[in-house]
Amino acid sequence: MAQSLVKEFTKGLWAEIPLFRLVLGLCPALAVTKTCENGIGMGVATTFVLLFSNILVSMLRNIIPTKVRIACYIVIIATFVTIVEFMMQAYMYELFLKLGIFIPLIVVNCVVLGRAEAFAGKNTVLPSAADGLGMGIGFTLALASLGAVRELIGAGTLTVWGGTPLFTIGHGYIPFQFMVEAPGAFIGLGLMLCLMNLIGQK
Amino acid sequence: MREMLSMIVVLTILTAVSGGLLAAVKVKTEPQIEEQVLKFQKAPAIEAIFADATNNPIQERFNVKAEGIELQVFPTTLADGVKAVAFEAKGTGFGGPIGLMMGVNLDTDEIIAVRVTTHAETPGIGTRAKEDLSFVGQFAGMSMASNFGIKNQGGNIDAMSGATVTSIGVSQAAVAAQDLYKKLKPEIVKQMN
Repeated sequence: MAQSLVKEFTKGLWAEIPLFRLVLGLCPALAVTKTCENGIGMGVATTFVLLFSNILVSMLRNIIPTKVRIACYIVIIATFVTIVEFMMQAYMYELFLKLGIFIPLIVVNCVVLGRAEAFAGKNTVLPSAADGLGMGIGFTLALASLGAVRELIGAGTLTVWGGTPLFTIGHGYIPFQFMVEAPGAFIGLGLMLCLMNLIGQK
Repeated sequence: MREMLSMIVVLTILTAVSGGLLAAVKVKTEPQIEEQVLKFQKAPAIEAIFADATNNPIQERFNVKAEGIELQVFPTTLADGVKAVAFEAKGTGFGGPIGLMMGVNLDTDEIIAVRVTTHAETPGIGTRAKEDLSFVGQFAGMSMASNFGIKNQGGNIDAMSGATVTSIGVSQAAVAAQDLYKKLKPEIVKQMN
């Protein structure tokens, strides 16, 4: 039992990592990874939603009629996202301002609905919780790494938490601003996917 | 038939419970959110306008009501004994509403300073209204009875070059503030004394 739970949890961290393997949740990923910090913030919010929506969907899976299941999943997901939004506004206002419109967009993040439909709707509560947590943490790691790459190359700094950079490359470095803009997001993602495939090949 | 009934019942109960839960969370977090908005949006503007305040305008804030309008007012007594108030008014900018915090001298009815609080303007263009103090600096010292329109609309305010819509938005907010002040000044003075 514990063995399979661990398996459900760890698959989201590497083998089926949402951004680079499942290739889901690209829209917020591209938009919020201008800095590593924003990526981590978005990842944590999404993890919270994933965990609780997976648990609730799994608990209600025998009650929700098949024909209206998507509508029900969306209601559940939207409720948790709105709770996250209120909590952020009340306790983490600066992050709330930076993530802006992308917090409500977690509702339509394909990772969340995808895991609800593909896993939580057909499995018991504990494995669903493990799956949600694993996928969420994997998503956060993916966002953090993409954000770190884009921020380091595009701005010369690395901000992990609290607003002040952990690390700045220094005066000699002229930032490659392209990387923090929209085209750089696509190219950065493409390069990371390339890297993942290369490592996965071996 | 039974299937349809179960679909209706489940969806109804689910949405009702979700709605109730969200209403509860909203009520519970409302005071905290108001505090955050005050701390991050309004406080910096008030501190910039009343740089030599002898009190804490934010802690001493109060609401005034008149003619169906309710307004949150931040009173202060400045270092030279001048009694003043700050309050926020809104105008419509390029990307959404623009909030303008205005500090007014209660004795002379003159503007002390204005600062932009919230906005959704284009970075580098409209955002200059908040970052570049030479635009909002125009308002300092003007009487509350002046025409706050843009110069090419017959008023006294120079628009920012390349950011006309944002400038008009700020001007609209100033006109709205003018109207609020006219309607609520008697109440404000009454509550401050």
